[in-house]
Amino acid sequence: MSGVEKSSREDKEHGAAIEVRDLHKSFGALEVLSGIDFSVAYGEVVCVIGPSGSGKSTLLRCVNLLEEPTSGTVWVAGDEVTDPDVDIDRVRRGIGMVFQSFNLFPHLTALENLTLPQRRVLGRDKAEAARIGRDRLARVGLTDKEAVYPAKLSGGQQQRVAIARALAMDPQLMLFDEPTSALDPELVGDVLAVMRSLADEGMTMLVVTHEMSFAREVADRVVFMDGGVIVEEGPPEQVIDSPTHARTRSFLARVLDPAAAGLGGPGEDGTDGARP
Amino acid sequence: MSTPKSAPTPTPKSAPKSKSMSRRQRTRVVRGVQYAVLLVVVLVVALAADWGEIRRAFFDVEVAKAQFPEIITTALVNTVLYTLLGFGFGLALGLLLALMRLSKVPPYRWLAVAYIEFFRGVPALLVFIALGFGVPLAFQVSLNQYVTVMLALGLVGAAYMAETIRAGILAVPKGQTEAARSLGMSQGRAMVSIVIPQALRIVLPPLTNELILLTKDSSLVYLLGLSLSQYELAKFGRDALNQNRSLTPILIAGLCYLVITLPLGHLVRRLEASTARAR
Ligand SMILES: Nc1ncnc2c1ncn2[C@@H]1O[C@H](COP(=O)(O)OP(=O)(O)O)[C@@H](O)[C@H]1O
Ligand SMILES: [Mg+2]
Repeated sequence: MSGVEKSSREDKEHGAAIEVRDLHKSFGALEVLSGIDFSVAYGEVVCVIGPSGSGKSTLLRCVNLLEEPTSGTVWVAGDEVTDPDVDIDRVRRGIGMVFQSFNLFPHLTALENLTLPQRRVLGRDKAEAARIGRDRLARVGLTDKEAVYPAKLSGGQQQRVAIARALAMDPQLMLFDEPTSALDPELVGDVLAVMRSLADEGMTMLVVTHEMSFAREVADRVVFMDGGVIVEEGPPEQVIDSPTHARTRSFLARVLDPAAAGLGGPGEDGTDGARP
Repeated sequence: MSTPKSAPTPTPKSAPKSKSMSRRQRTRVVRGVQYAVLLVVVLVVALAADWGEIRRAFFDVEVAKAQFPEIITTALVNTVLYTLLGFGFGLALGLLLALMRLSKVPPYRWLAVAYIEFFRGVPALLVFIALGFGVPLAFQVSLNQYVTVMLALGLVGAAYMAETIRAGILAVPKGQTEAARSLGMSQGRAMVSIVIPQALRIVLPPLTNELILLTKDSSLVYLLGLSLSQYELAKFGRDALNQNRSLTPILIAGLCYLVITLPLGHLVRRLEASTARAR
């Protein structure tokens, strides 16, 4: 019996970067995730879309155990993160996470934000951490900002430093939770460009986003969530351009053309009416 | 607009005139009376007081000269030294207590709460007596004076600093810990490298206030039997008072405290202003 389990686990290790089985998560009486099954293959870019409060962040946070799942199983790169005996700090090293609110360390410069985790977590020496840190800052186009504190950077620059910080740990996969939602519109492009180049290099990425054009162009697969379940998933051209579910259509109508939805009140109402 | 009493003429021109006059004048009269009272008090004091006596008691130049340089080189230096010893020990213990207070293990929390409540509730004087006289008598050990001072000031200061630091730790946004953990840092590492440095920055103004309080509390050292070279400002001033029968040394000692506390107080206000700006 244990042999069967072991072999299935090895299959997962070779098959998927992230594997989620029957994941449930409740906060008190509120069930936020009601049985999620999905996986992300190595090198794949998966975008998660869905209305606010549908559980997208919670799903992402269950992958690196920032939230403890109520039940279900999550494997990341062959490690079962839901196993109580797993060394979660070791697993998290391999998972880069980018937050909506950047969460740079304000008491450290841009470069120190990159070097401190490398030195404390990976045990890299000062010179190597600085060399790798500068390389990652160059990747996100911020070489000249290495000595600057986060408070002196624009939102877009802060988010790019946050991406560089995650990259400096040489992660096997990256999680992005609405990385551009807190940015002024004119700063969104720089961050998306960095993410696009990461995807082009084959980084495994799970991205919660409302940027439909990014999802359409970069994602291998789009997952639409609503009410704690995956409503539909598939290639972007299918989910975004010809969704099969009414809930997906109504969500996309609101996200893709908020101006038209706002102006054409009756049309939006009609779409919403189809929602339940 | 105008009351019947104050408006004999109903024209709009004269009505506001009488009203504004009375208002402005009233303020001027009230202020004038205040100045007059002050002037009278000053005059009475100046005439009644025996200035020769006062100058001899408070501003005796010979006595003042005799206090230098020891009041600086010994007393002021010792006050600063005792304060820093107490502050250093108190800060370390306060940090430990704050972490215990936030621990997930309930007995740690209980211990920390009991400690904090106890040492905030008893007079610092009592702690000095306990450590200076109680411990040597009860345990037949004689603590080094500097250790006694460090413990006595630190034990009390720690209770206050623990609560301050705890508030600072709680004020660091949760996203900071989450970012640190997501990079693979352990709970303890995230606390030490990410949360505590930010928490201490947040509580720098109240901690500086605590340093001011400790500077003044260090005067309680005068209770302990000190050798001459261990005198701090209060003990030094008191000794000189006995020798000279003049308040002058006390006044100088007081000024020496102000030399420490006023700049620190100014620093606190600047720190508060700069944190307010940063928000
Ligand atoms: N720590 C928490 N405690 C209680 N409720 C939470 C917590 N985190 C999220 N929720 C709730 O879970 C639901 C889903 O949240 P979230 O995963 O953030 O949705 P999304 O990212 O799709 O907007 C929301 O109703 C939210 O209020
Ligand atoms: Mg969210």
